[in-house]
Amino acid sequence: MVTKSAATAVSVSTSKIIPLSMTALLGLFVVGFVGFSHMEVVHNAAHDSRHSFAFPCH
Amino acid sequence: MSLFRNIVFAAVIAGLLSGLLLTVMQSFSTVPLILQAETYENAAPEAGHSHEAAPAAGATAPAAADHHHDEEAWMPADGFERFIYTAAADVLAAIGFGLVMIAGAEALGGFGGWRGGLLFGIAGFLTVSLAPGLGLPPELPGMPAAELGPRQIWWVSTAVCTAAGLGLLAYTRSAVLAALAIVLLIAPHLVGAPLPPSHETAVPIELHARFVNAVYATNLVFWAALGTLAGVIRERFRAGEDVAVRSSTELASR
Repeated sequence: MVTKSAATAVSVSTSKIIPLSMTALLGLFVVGFVGFSHMEVVHNAAHDSRHSFAFPCH
Repeated sequence: MSLFRNIVFAAVIAGLLSGLLLTVMQSFSTVPLILQAETYENAAPEAGHSHEAAPAAGATAPAAADHHHDEEAWMPADGFERFIYTAAADVLAAIGFGLVMIAGAEALGGFGGWRGGLLFGIAGFLTVSLAPGLGLPPELPGMPAAELGPRQIWWVSTAVCTAAGLGLLAYTRSAVLAALAIVLLIAPHLVGAPLPPSHETAVPIELHARFVNAVYATNLVFWAALGTLAGVIRERFRAGEDVAVRSSTELASR
C-alpha cells in the first residue's frame, strides 16, 4: 500500500503542483504570522498560544 | 482552483475544531502555569501582571531582560479578552498547520481516510512539537533564552529537516535514503539549538517541568485531532476535482 502511494507521489500531475504549493505557502504564511512575527502587537495577542505551542518566544 | 478551494475548506474546518479543542485543553493546563510564571517574571515591587509593570522593572531583573515589552504596545486585557485572542491564535495556527499538512499529504498521494490522517497528525507532532522541543524546550515567561532570531531559524530548520526525514522514511524503500533520513533527523540536534548565556531564572523548575509536560500532552492530542479531522473531511469534499481531472485528460487525448 505504501509502495502504491510512493508511486502516485512520483506521478503527482503537474496540474496539482501549483494549487498544492499555493496551499502550503498560505499555511506557512498563517503559521509564520501567528507564531513567528516580530510585531509586538501580534506577539502580545498570541502570547499564551505561542508559549503553549512551544514556538520560540520573546 | 477546486483543489485549492477544497483543501482550504478542509483545513479551515479541521483547524477550527482542533484549535478550539486545543484552547480548551490549554485553559486547564498550560495557561494557568503561564500566569503563575508571570508572577515570578517580574517579582518587582509593584505586584500584579508583569506586562503592566514599569519598564524599569524589566531592566533591573536579569531573568526578565530578554522579555522586555514595549510599554506602548497594545495587549489583550487579562481574563476573557486574553482567552479570546489565545483561541483565535490557536485556531489560526491550526488552520495554517492544516493547510501545510493537507498539501503535503496530497503531494504524497493523499491521506486515504482517517487512519492516514492520524498518522500525518502524529508526524506533525513529531515535526513541530517534539523535534524542535528537544533543543528548545517549551519556555515559560521569565525564563532566559538566546536571541530570538537564531532560535527561530533553528526551530524552522529542525522542523524542515524532521519533516523531510520522516517523509523519506515513510515513502521511500532504499537503504541509502533511509540513512539520509536518519542524518536529517539527527543533524539539527548535533548542531544544537542556540542557548542562553545563563540558565538562572526565578521561575521554579517544578513549574517549568509541569509546563513542558502539559505542552507535549496538549499538542499530541491537538495534532492527533487535526490529522484525523483533516483525513475525514478531505475525503468528503472533493467537489469539482474529478471533473477537472477528466476534462484535462480529455483535452490531452484530443
